[in-house]
Amino acid sequence: MIAAQGLSKYYGDKPAIADVNFEIERGEIVGILGLNGAGKTTTLRILACLLLPSSGRVTIHGMDINENPHEIRKQVGFLPEEPPLYQEMTVESYLTFAAELRGLSRAVARSRTAEVMEITQTTDVHDEIIANLSHGYRKRVGIGQSIVHQPPVLILDEPISGLDPVQIVEMREMIRGLKGKHTILVSSHILPEISQTCDRILVIQQGQLVATGTEEELTGRLTGAHLLHVTIRGDEQKAMEIISKLDGVAQCQLGHVHAEASVHDLRVEADRDVREALSREVVQAGIGLLQLRPAEAELESIFLQLTQSTRARRNGKQASTKERSRPHKEVSR
Amino acid sequence: MKNIALLARRELGAYLKSPMGYVIVAIVLFIDGLFFNIKVLGGTPKFSAEVLQLFFAVATFMSAVAAILLAMRLLAEERQLGTLTLLLTSPVKDYEIVLGKFVSALIFFCGMTALSIYMPLLIFVNGKVSVGHILGGYFGLVLLGMSTLAIGLFASAVSANQLVAAVVGGALTAAFWVLYWGTPVMDPPLRDLVAFLSPWKHLAWQNGIIHTRDIVYFFSVTYFFLFLTTQMLQARRWR
Repeated sequence: MIAAQGLSKYYGDKPAIADVNFEIERGEIVGILGLNGAGKTTTLRILACLLLPSSGRVTIHGMDINENPHEIRKQVGFLPEEPPLYQEMTVESYLTFAAELRGLSRAVARSRTAEVMEITQTTDVHDEIIANLSHGYRKRVGIGQSIVHQPPVLILDEPISGLDPVQIVEMREMIRGLKGKHTILVSSHILPEISQTCDRILVIQQGQLVATGTEEELTGRLTGAHLLHVTIRGDEQKAMEIISKLDGVAQCQLGHVHAEASVHDLRVEADRDVREALSREVVQAGIGLLQLRPAEAELESIFLQLTQSTRARRNGKQASTKERSRPHKEVSR
Repeated sequence: MKNIALLARRELGAYLKSPMGYVIVAIVLFIDGLFFNIKVLGGTPKFSAEVLQLFFAVATFMSAVAAILLAMRLLAEERQLGTLTLLLTSPVKDYEIVLGKFVSALIFFCGMTALSIYMPLLIFVNGKVSVGHILGGYFGLVLLGMSTLAIGLFASAVSANQLVAAVVGGALTAAFWVLYWGTPVMDPPLRDLVAFLSPWKHLAWQNGIIHTRDIVYFFSVTYFFLFLTTQMLQARRWR
C-alpha cells in the first residue's frame, strides 16, 4: 500500500530524514515513534504530498508521489499536529467544504459530513463556530476532515497531543474504530499510545529508521528476552527457586515488596514465552499467583535504549567515517 | 473551475464573517465621503465633470489602499493558522487556489466600490454629468482594484504574516506610482518604459474615457502578479 525506498529530505545541508525504507500493508495501523525532531513529521508530510523528498522513492497505491501527487492527494487523508481549521466556519460547513475540496459533489459531501460527524462524535456541535470549540473537539474535527472523502490512506501526525486523559482514551478508540476502513499511519512520541493503538511500530531517531516491529518483537530483540512481572503470595524464595529452574528462564529477581508481608513482585527474564509453565509450577507448589503480565512498562526503557544506541553508533561512525548512509537495525516481523 | 468557485465562496464567507472586511469598507467609505465633502464639494465652484473627476481621483487612492488591506490576509493568514496545509494536501491546483482567493477579494472589492455610488449620484442634485462618465470611472476603479489586489496577493504569498504582507504590498504598489516622478530625469527608452508601467498614464477613465491600452495595462499587471503568486505557491509547496 505504502512503500518508501531510500527516502531522504535535506533542509540545506542538514538531513531531516536520511535513507528511510519501509513498507506498509493495506489495512495496517502503523505507528511512527520518535523523539521531537526525529523526522516523524517530515516523513508524514512527504507521504501526504506536502513536501518533496530530496531523494528516494515513495509509492502509495502503486503511484509515485513525484509523478502523480495530484492523484495521490485524493487517496490520502492528512491530519497535521495542529488541525487545519478555518476559525470562522461552523463544524458542518467546514467538513462539507473539506469534502468538496477533495472532489465530492455537494450532495455526497453533505451526506458524508453527517456520517463523519457521527464517527467523530461532533454532531452535537455541528453548528458551532470552530473558534469556540475546545481542543479535543478541534482534534476530532481535524480527524473528520481527514476521513471525509474516505481515503484509503490516513496519516495522523500526533493526533493525541494536547488532549486530556479522557480525550486520549476517546481518540484511541476513534482511531481503532477506523481500522479496516483505512491504512493508518500515526506518529507519536508517547510510547503507550503507539503500542496500544498500532499493529506495528517504526522507530525513527535522528532521521533514521532504527527499528521496526511489534512491541513484543522490539522488546525481544532488544533485551533478547521476554520480560514478565509476577506477583505472588507466599514464600518468595521458594517461588524464585521454582521459576529459575523452569526451562527458558534466564533470570528471576525480587522486585517491589508490598505492604502485605507475604505478597512479592518478581521480575522474570526468559528467552521464550514461559507464562503457562510458570503459572502451572507456581500454583502446584502451593504458592498463590496473584498476577502475571508481560512487562509493558519496559517499553520506555526500550525506546531509550533504541535511541541511545543509535546515537552512540552514529557518534562512533561520525568519528571514524563521513559515510552518509548507514545500515539500520531492523527487526523484521 | 468548480474548485475556484468553491474556494472563492469560502473566502468570501471569511470576509463577511470576520470584522476585518467591514472595518476596511467602513474606513474607506468614511474617508471617501470626508474627501468628497471637503475637497470635492467644498472650495471654489466647479463644473460637474470636474467634481466627478476629483471624486474618482480620491477613490483611486482609497481603492488602492483598500485592495492592499483586503489582500494581505489571503495567503499569509492561511500560512499563519496552518490552514494552507488543507489546501496543499487536497487535489487542488495551485492556480485554482490563487484564482479562488483573487476572485473572492475582487467580488468583495466590487461590492465595497459599489457602495460609494451615492456620491457621484449626489452631483445630479445640483449639476449634470453623463452616466457614461460615471460608468467609465467605476470600470476604471475595478481595473485598478484588480491589479492592486493581484499585487497584494503576491505580497501575501511571500510574507510570513499579514502585517508584513500589507507593508510589502503597499511598497510594491507605491513603487509603481512613485517611479513615474523620476521620469523627467530618465533617458528614453527607460523613460517611456517607466512611464508606461506607471498607473499615472492609465487613468483616463477618471474622465470617463476608456482606452484599450489602459485595459491591457491593468490586465497585464494582474496576470503578471497572479502568475508570480502561483509560482511562489508552487515553490513553497515542496519546501
